Order: sequence, then C-alpha cells, then structure tokens
Amino acid sequence: MKRLALLCAALWLGFTGIANARTDIHSERSLYRNIVVYEEDGLRCMIFNKRSRSNARQTCMKLSAPDELVFNFTKMMMASLYLDPNPKDILIVGLGGGTLAQTLLKILPEARIDAVEVDRAVINVADKFFDVRPSERLAIHEADGRTFVKRQIGKKSYDLVMLDAFDEDYIPEHMLTRDFLAELKQVMKPNAVLAANTFTTSELYDHESVTYAAAFGEFYNLKTNNRIILTRLAGRPPMNEIEKNAAKFEPAFKPLGVGKDWLLPMFSTQIDWKRDARILTDQYSPSNLLNSRSR
Amino acid sequence: MSYELLGGRVLASDFGSSVSVWGALITVFMIALSIGYLLGGTLSTRRASFRDLGAILVLQAVTTFLSLVISESILDWIFAHMDDVRYGALTAAALLFFVPTVISGMVSPYAVRLLVTNVRESGRYAGKLLFVSTFGSAAGTIVTSFYLVLWFEVNQIIYGLTAISIAVGLAAMTKKPALAA
Repeated sequence: MKRLALLCAALWLGFTGIANARTDIHSERSLYRNIVVYEEDGLRCMIFNKRSRSNARQTCMKLSAPDELVFNFTKMMMASLYLDPNPKDILIVGLGGGTLAQTLLKILPEARIDAVEVDRAVINVADKFFDVRPSERLAIHEADGRTFVKRQIGKKSYDLVMLDAFDEDYIPEHMLTRDFLAELKQVMKPNAVLAANTFTTSELYDHESVTYAAAFGEFYNLKTNNRIILTRLAGRPPMNEIEKNAAKFEPAFKPLGVGKDWLLPMFSTQIDWKRDARILTDQYSPSNLLNSRSR
Repeated sequence: MSYELLGGRVLASDFGSSVSVWGALITVFMIALSIGYLLGGTLSTRRASFRDLGAILVLQAVTTFLSLVISESILDWIFAHMDDVRYGALTAAALLFFVPTVISGMVSPYAVRLLVTNVRESGRYAGKLLFVSTFGSAAGTIVTSFYLVLWFEVNQIIYGLTAISIAVGLAAMTKKPALAA
C-alpha cells in the first residue's frame, strides 16, 4: 500500500514536471540566427539562439492575459508616455514579438506606428505566434534600423522613437554610435520623446551613457536589470509634468500590470557612469568587446 | 582581410549590417582579388623586379588612402540615388574597394615570379607564399577584430595599414638589383 502511494506520488511529480516543462512550438534558422518559440508556465516566448550567453528572451506573452506585460523593460518603455501622453507618429526600431507595438496601438487609439525589423523570419514569427500583423495603423518595414532612419530624414518625423533593436547578444554596434543618434534626431519632431532599451551590466554601460548624453543632453535613467533612457529632443521635462501625465495613464496601464507607483520612483537623474568613458562613434564602436567586460 | 572587416564598418553607417551588405562586400573583394591575380601573373612575365613589386604595394596603399578620403561623398551619393540596399552596398563596395583590392591581388603572383629561380622549386615557393599571405590574412583578421578596433578608430587602422604597405613597398623598391636577380 505504502509502495503504491509512493508510486502514485512519483507519477504525480513526474507528471507535473512534464506539464511545466518547456515545449518548443516552433524553431527555425533565419539568415541571422536561430529563432525558437516555446511555451512554459503559461508563457509563450521567443528567443534567439538557445545557447546565447545572455539567454535573453526577446518576447514573452502571457497566454491567459496577452495584454499583460511580462518583462520589466517593456513596462519601463511605457513610461515614455509620461513624457508625451499623446504621440501620433511612433517609430519602433526592432519589432521582435511586437509587444511594444501591440501595447501602444491599444493604449493610443490615434497613433500610427512604423516598426522596423531586419529579419524577415522574426516578422513572420510575430505574425504567426504573437498576432502582430500590419494594419492601417501599423506598418512593418523589413529593413536595417539605421538605413531606415536615414531614409526617413526629410520625409517623415516622429513624436516618439523607441529603440529596441537586439540581436542574440546586444544592440548592433552601428546603432550605438553618436552618428546614428544624430541621424535619429533628424527624424524626431522638436518635442519628440526618445526611449532606448539598454543593459546595465557591462563596461558598455559607461560608453553608451556618455554617447547618449553627448547626443541628447540630460536624460532620465530607469534601471532594473535593464536600463531605459528617456528624454525629449527639446530636453528632459521636469518631474512635475511627468507626474501629472502619469496619473492620466493609471486606468490604461492597469491591464498591462504596470503603474506609476512602480515607475515614478525609478526616474533617476543621477549620473552613475564614468563620465570620461570614450564616446561611441562610427569610427569607434567595439560594442561586443566592451559588452563582454563586466563593470 | 583587415580591410574587408573594416569595409563592413564603413558600409554599415549607410547600408546597415544585414547579410546582403556582407555578401556585397565579400563579392567585390573576391572578384577584385581574382582579377588582381590574373593581372599580377601577366605583369610578372614582362620584366619582374623588386622595384616594381614595391611600386605595386605603394600604389595599393595610395589608392586605399584615396578611396577612404572620397568614401563619405561616394556613400552619400549612392545612398541618395539607389533605393535597394543590396545594389547600393554592392556599388559602394565596388567604387571604394575594387581598385585597391585588384592591386593587392597582384602582389602574390608577382612575388612568386621573383622568388622562383628554377622550375623544380616553383611549387615550393608558391606554397610558401600562399602560406605567408593566407596566414597573414588570418593574423590581420584576428588582430583587427579582437584588438585594433578596441584601441583605434576605423580610419586610424586603415591609415596604419597603408603606412605599413608604403614602408614595405619603399623598402622593396630600394632593394639592390643585384640581390633581386
């Protein structure tokens, strides 16, 4: 009897183990990387390269509540709306699973989005597994982010620019330079908002910080395991303006699982990087080498 | 190889670093090298001398330098006039890197001619030269991508490489004809 009970317990444990195990539902080799979509613990996620060092998940969606934001960095990127509550034209560099685009389309009924993604396979995966497809309000461009931005100069400008272009390791080096940021400024309207997703753990943090400061002046620095740079082209807005906008977004942000009580305390103006780090330029941008050195 | 790696950097600011950009760059380098091998081989049948080999190296350095000087205006022009990234990158790579790479391709077959003194030994010299040039390519690749980009700017590295080519070229040019026989 005891044995039977033990066997049952073992079977049950084994079963739950299986139930919680990761199931790969799609995997393909694109021109740039291996893309894997899997489901685990009620989440559907996309990763690049199973064995990537950071093992960074590019996108995760909660299957029972697809609107809810899973990652801190996407929640923090939403804080960009505190700097301009009503952006009409939005540029997102790096589509991934399309979480940012989907969320913004829901929150801002009048916004139109240009999303740029270099990898056709990622665009297809976003469509098939994350329900992201082009519409009147969402244009998906298959292009290198830098080339796309340069092509837009003089043609179109944006109220909000979100930089979220990652490969399996980090942001491609030609999109980390002061030269790129100078081009980016030319597609931003005078009061446009910039939100850039970066990491905090490597020596690159210092270099990126001084590079953004050189291009945009002072910015807000929001940090968890990621760091989000937030500012406006015309300069960092005062905190009371941000708090006022934050209050407006409480109802809309609730279903996303984010709120001002979590976001506002993160708005930091403290300079916590080496000011004498070398600025990244098209001439000097060994980002992968700097990124492998921990701070 | 070092030039090729840095060429990728030069193109990235306008055309990005997508697979097609690297494809365009490698294509141009390969075609240019193959033509260079032919030209160098043909030229060596005339009157091969260390002086001319030195001149080839100097010419290669000078054309590299010049293409770097005009690179920005050429890239701007192509970016403004060609919408397709692939052909834009291919054209840019051809205009910027074709001539210097043809000339650098001429060096190896020409040098084989200078080294070979009898037919029986020719294979050994060709092998040695291929060893040196391919090993040198590997060294240039690793040193550039692992270290040089961490210490210097892209243009500084290219200027450094051209300076080395000029120095070697001048040394070859001043080599006494007696030794070169």
